[in-house]
Amino acid sequence: MKVAYWPGCVSRGFTSELHGSMAAVAPMLNIELVELDRANCCGAGVIAEHSQELADTLNARTFALAQQEITQGADLMMNICSTCQGAQSECQQRLDASADYRAQVNETLSDEGLEYQDGIINKNFLWVLVEDIGLDKLKTLVRNPLTDLRVGPFYGCYIVRPTDRLDINRDQPRDEYLGQVIEALGGTVIDYAGSHKCCGFPIITMNKAASLEQAGRHLGDAVDADADCLVTPCPLCHLNLDLQQPMAAKQVGRELNMPVLHLPQLVGLALGISPDDLGLQHHIVKPTSVIDWSQAVVGGVGGW
Amino acid sequence: MAEFKLKIRRYDPQSGAAPYWDEHTVELEPHRSVLEGILQARNEKDGSIGVRCSCRAAICGSCGVRVNGKPGLACHTHLDDALASAGEDGVIEVEPMGNMPIIKDLIVDMDAVHWKKIQRVTPWLIGKEPVPEREYIVSRESMIDVTQSMACIQCGACVSDCLSMEVDPLFIGPAALAKTYRFVGDPRDAAHEQRLKDLGEDKHGIYDCTHCFKCIEACPKGVAPMNQIMRLRRIAGNDFHIKDRNNGERHEMAFVKNIEKNGILHEADLLPDSYGGKFHPRAVPELISSLPIVMTALLRRKMTPAKALLHPHRAPDGVKKIYEIVEGRDERNEFNLYISGTDADNEPNPEVAAAAEVAEPAAVAPDGSEGSSA
Ligand code: SF4
Ligand code: SF4
Ligand code: SF4
Ligand code: SF4
Ligand code: FES
Repeated sequence: MKVAYWPGCVSRGFTSELHGSMAAVAPMLNIELVELDRANCCGAGVIAEHSQELADTLNARTFALAQQEITQGADLMMNICSTCQGAQSECQQRLDASADYRAQVNETLSDEGLEYQDGIINKNFLWVLVEDIGLDKLKTLVRNPLTDLRVGPFYGCYIVRPTDRLDINRDQPRDEYLGQVIEALGGTVIDYAGSHKCCGFPIITMNKAASLEQAGRHLGDAVDADADCLVTPCPLCHLNLDLQQPMAAKQVGRELNMPVLHLPQLVGLALGISPDDLGLQHHIVKPTSVIDWSQAVVGGVGGW
Repeated sequence: MAEFKLKIRRYDPQSGAAPYWDEHTVELEPHRSVLEGILQARNEKDGSIGVRCSCRAAICGSCGVRVNGKPGLACHTHLDDALASAGEDGVIEVEPMGNMPIIKDLIVDMDAVHWKKIQRVTPWLIGKEPVPEREYIVSRESMIDVTQSMACIQCGACVSDCLSMEVDPLFIGPAALAKTYRFVGDPRDAAHEQRLKDLGEDKHGIYDCTHCFKCIEACPKGVAPMNQIMRLRRIAGNDFHIKDRNNGERHEMAFVKNIEKNGILHEADLLPDSYGGKFHPRAVPELISSLPIVMTALLRRKMTPAKALLHPHRAPDGVKKIYEIVEGRDERNEFNLYISGTDADNEPNPEVAAAAEVAEPAAVAPDGSEGSSA
């Protein structure tokens, strides 16, 4: 399949290993990525907090650019960030609701010759994996099943709430997909209290203690549940859970050492890509448990 | 009639005994409520089960509990729906709400948390002076707007699941902040700025919400507290330029400007700018405290020095133009779904329209002009 691909900002900045690992797994899953390199940040909810119209217009611009690719054969728009998914879905809900409002927004875009038409399909990589590629197909592609790897899912708020806007329901349990993917890859799903909670990132500059307390608590719960690592489809969660983990550990007063993988990295490991090629060495918390696992399986890939 | 298994969490803090789970089978029609199930268990099996209720019709807000981990009204949750969301064993789990101390079993202390916070936000209208002689005319839009927060029945379900309150019990919280918007969104209230200033100066006020959507998901009345909090922030920052103690407004503006300049987020500038720029006195301790992390990040080549210092990206002209137009407007153009509804909602109902058409000719004069000038 071919997708109009919005990698997001953080995946090209602080978590560049995410963008890299997505690029590495895409061809193996037969996904052609057409990068929307002229598109702009979704605003992560913060721009909407300042001005809804500004956020809606910026995202309408990204959608319009994606729709140009879709008319040229892309199947849908894909993102790799829970926060992009949530922030963009929120704007889309308003844009799709009213033709009058859409016309106002398109008026602003007209200078650039862009126009957003309602009804774009924009999915996180996680949803594409389950709904478009399919778990059965995914299973057939696994070369190194994640046998004995104990993985805790961490979704990020924006991809699980609000359920009506995100079309999460009994027939489409998008808030259970991470577990389903971990299982399809041969791993063991770890149930712990924090899987659907907030990592605390949005208030890191506003109430640092509370923010780190959240991250630290969820990581601690995962440690107590004997997880080898966490996996997340959200680079912002990754910032609070990995980059800030040393501070979070101080905040909650305990050792954590919990590696946090980006979703494409976990998929890549199971598809047989080496940890190095997936950028695992760039993480703040060394994913030793994951590397040990992969060495036990393939007899020492990567050589670290 | 069908059988339902209820697992109720029991706890009596005065007894000194640890909490435990208690299982009862009840027999009721599937469309009956979880509350009726609990009451049947209490009336027929164990009179000591503690539960609070009154209206049994989703009006009084006294029966808030968690059903299978999700907060809501026991009287407003059908047994068959509860069964559908139960685990594989088909047992419906009923627990007290979170973030509040337990008085007994399913009864939590609403006074200690919820009501205290509601009182904290001056939950009444402060009228304008001089008092108008006749009724105060309020626009239809602002009336509908505040009805959303007025719909609150004070059940505490949002408070139960608030993720900021879980780590910061002093956070004023979703219900009380939704209540604040009920007055800040009311054109008759005279104290908008004071209210917002007060909540900006409180470190546990409007900028302590972590934007987790839990309260939106929890509320049985569609109040969407988080949306009201975002409105409060918008009004505080844009209309009153309130500088809050959490740096929330500054962070928001730093982010907005960052995207205007770069098109995509340039994180290395965001942190210092959120504290007022690299050389602002507040930024210095923040940056020093994050130095060890930045160093590790550099070592792991997460950040390259170039990435941290240079601007690899410039905003496309289209983005600049959007900022120019939207930020240049005299008045905020805010599309509120709650007020406007969707085009699909507003489409005339075909049946009603057909009925109106039948009735229509009567109103049309014989010459075809509308109404009659006679
Ligand atoms: S959510 Fe993050 S990564 Fe996604 S576009 Fe926004 S700032 Fe960028
Ligand atoms: S967990 Fe935090 S960073 Fe991740 S999506 Fe939720 S609010 Fe955002
Ligand atoms: S969105 Fe804010 S107020 Fe609502 S539950 Fe989350 S942290 Fe609490
Ligand atoms: S806002 Fe909703 S959930 Fe919160 S107390 Fe009011 S009615 Fe209950
Ligand atoms: S008993 Fe009144 S709301 Fe449930």
